[in-house]
Amino acid sequence: MEKKESFLKKHWLVMLCGLLIGAAAVVLTAFGNPANMGFCIACFLRDIAGSLKLHQASIVQYFRPEIVGIVVGAMLMALIGKEFKPKAGSSPIIRFTLGAAVMVGALVFLGCPLRMVIRIGGGDLNAIIGLVGFALGILIGVFFLKKNFSLGRAYKQGKVEGLAFPVMLTAGFVLSLIGVTFFAASAEGPGSKHAPILLALGVGLVVGALLQKSRLCMVGGIRDAVMFKEFGLLAGFGCILAAVLGGNLLRALIEGVPVSTYIRFGFEGQPVAHTEWLWNLLGMTVVGWGCALLGGCPLRQLVLAGEGNTDSAITVLGMIAGAAAAHTLKTASSADGTGVNGPIATIVCLVVILVISVTHLKKEN
Amino acid sequence: MIDARGLSCPLPVIKTKQAIEKEHPDALEVLVDNATAKENVSRFAAHAGYRVTVKELEDEEYSLRLEKL
Repeated sequence: MEKKESFLKKHWLVMLCGLLIGAAAVVLTAFGNPANMGFCIACFLRDIAGSLKLHQASIVQYFRPEIVGIVVGAMLMALIGKEFKPKAGSSPIIRFTLGAAVMVGALVFLGCPLRMVIRIGGGDLNAIIGLVGFALGILIGVFFLKKNFSLGRAYKQGKVEGLAFPVMLTAGFVLSLIGVTFFAASAEGPGSKHAPILLALGVGLVVGALLQKSRLCMVGGIRDAVMFKEFGLLAGFGCILAAVLGGNLLRALIEGVPVSTYIRFGFEGQPVAHTEWLWNLLGMTVVGWGCALLGGCPLRQLVLAGEGNTDSAITVLGMIAGAAAAHTLKTASSADGTGVNGPIATIVCLVVILVISVTHLKKEN
Repeated sequence: MIDARGLSCPLPVIKTKQAIEKEHPDALEVLVDNATAKENVSRFAAHAGYRVTVKELEDEEYSLRLEKL
């Protein structure tokens, strides 16, 4: 019992954060975001890429306020807590490449690790297969980390370098608000479904601030459990799932509809998902492996970018570029199944990550 | 002494773990330059049976002194 208490005492923040994130996902969905999506980082960066017209998929174009909120919320919390420390210089282009590969993999599966959990919480069993692939990817990543994989060290930078990315995102958001015609916004499809702007932004700010404090990370949970037998982050991961399940249940009760409206266990007919299990699995293997090398999931990269880590900002830009490429080159999946070039792109990403893995093994000092 | 400054998560912990497993030192100093690494290394060291004393150096860097309990 004593051990249990100290576990809660040590990890209450990350667990509370997990619960709040899960709840936030359900609330945003209830207020208009696409089903089982909450605030999927891969989907939303893809929507931002679309709104900037970096790809022409007209159903997934929207400048998502949640993304801006998370980065700026993390930045504000880091500034308050004196943890805003601009740094850069750890293999930026390799990180950009890994970010792009992770995004291509995520769009084959249709979701980042966070949405994977949200999908499981909605009963989508395809996401369980995604989780297996994700864990497999992390294990491969851990194998290389143990063999001294490193992207090299970062160095301290000036304040302006660290502030540039949050400011850029905020400027884009403001431009999208005042209706600059350069920005596209979907009239139909997932991109047209969104919660009210202020709610989305507000939730993003709170989530970003909490994540900065709690260090919650979807990849870190499995990684730390495997490498160090540390289960704190994994507990946060579990709390997100518990909150999504509970939230969906509560939502059905409040709205007086059958529970199966929001939690329906099965493979077929799940919202914005497909049933090609091999590519669901391998798509998430790309994500797990790539993120283990990057040191954090897409959500964590946003938070680190807010803390002034511009290597992470570059990673996010890589993810946006990857999303643009995925839709332009038809590698992204849809509810109908994988894109025509999805399978080959997944294999290419695995090869690229393998090459990056083996070429960055440092000799022991 | 381990210099883990500039290294991103989870490398500082990995380096600490490898040093502890290989040499079983009675004492070890780890340099890190961000709060996340400070927390992660401290947590791992406590797990591995070390007492951790954190000293904040100038310029937002931390020196962690690990002593075997």
